[in-house]
Amino acid sequence: MKRVQVQYFALLREQAGCSEELVETAAPTPGRLYQELGARHGFSLPVDRVKVALNGEIAPWDAPLEDGARLVFIPPFAGG
Amino acid sequence: MFRITPLPLNPDALRGELLDGRAGGYVSFEGRVRSRNEGREVRALEYEAYHELAEKEGDRILAEARQKFAILSAACVHRVGRLQIGELAVWAGVTAEHRDAAFAACRYIIDEMKARVPIWKKEHYADGGLAWITGGENRTDSERKM
Repeated sequence: MKRVQVQYFALLREQAGCSEELVETAAPTPGRLYQELGARHGFSLPVDRVKVALNGEIAPWDAPLEDGARLVFIPPFAGG
Repeated sequence: MFRITPLPLNPDALRGELLDGRAGGYVSFEGRVRSRNEGREVRALEYEAYHELAEKEGDRILAEARQKFAILSAACVHRVGRLQIGELAVWAGVTAEHRDAAFAACRYIIDEMKARVPIWKKEHYADGGLAWITGGENRTDSERKM
């Protein structure tokens, strides 16, 4: 198991009920972790409408998930 | 310089930071909260940003604009928090020796900002509804979940 820090914004923050959490997981990738957390929190957005930032930069869903990683799940945005 | 701020934007002050004697032209874009969206009456907007990535991506966009266009300076500031109708949500400004580059660069910055900078807005409607705006028609109604 590894421990990762997950941060949420906007719709995902509301659905998760928190803006960040420390998660223990065996998920090998951010994609698998999103599915895991989505099942727990009831995320309505499918993975193809969300992006992930790993340690502060957008990363592929199948990037390796290391112990101590910082993740941000990014729902579709619309500034301006 | 790209900035996210919870404070009201002051276009005169922002313009003053950009202008100098070389600038023959100055173009800005001011995005304001409007009272209707897709047929619904809007009361207020709530903006939220992922600061770390938003400021990095915003600075990259400004650097690209300086490379692509013959401009002297460029800046963009986006506000976060709860905004009322008519309040300024985003400001982008560009100076150049000549107007063509200034117009093109300003357009580039605001378009790329909307597409690439992680900032969200939630509309508060006159009828009491709420919705996170997710770009185009991809609206996700919070109220549907509740």
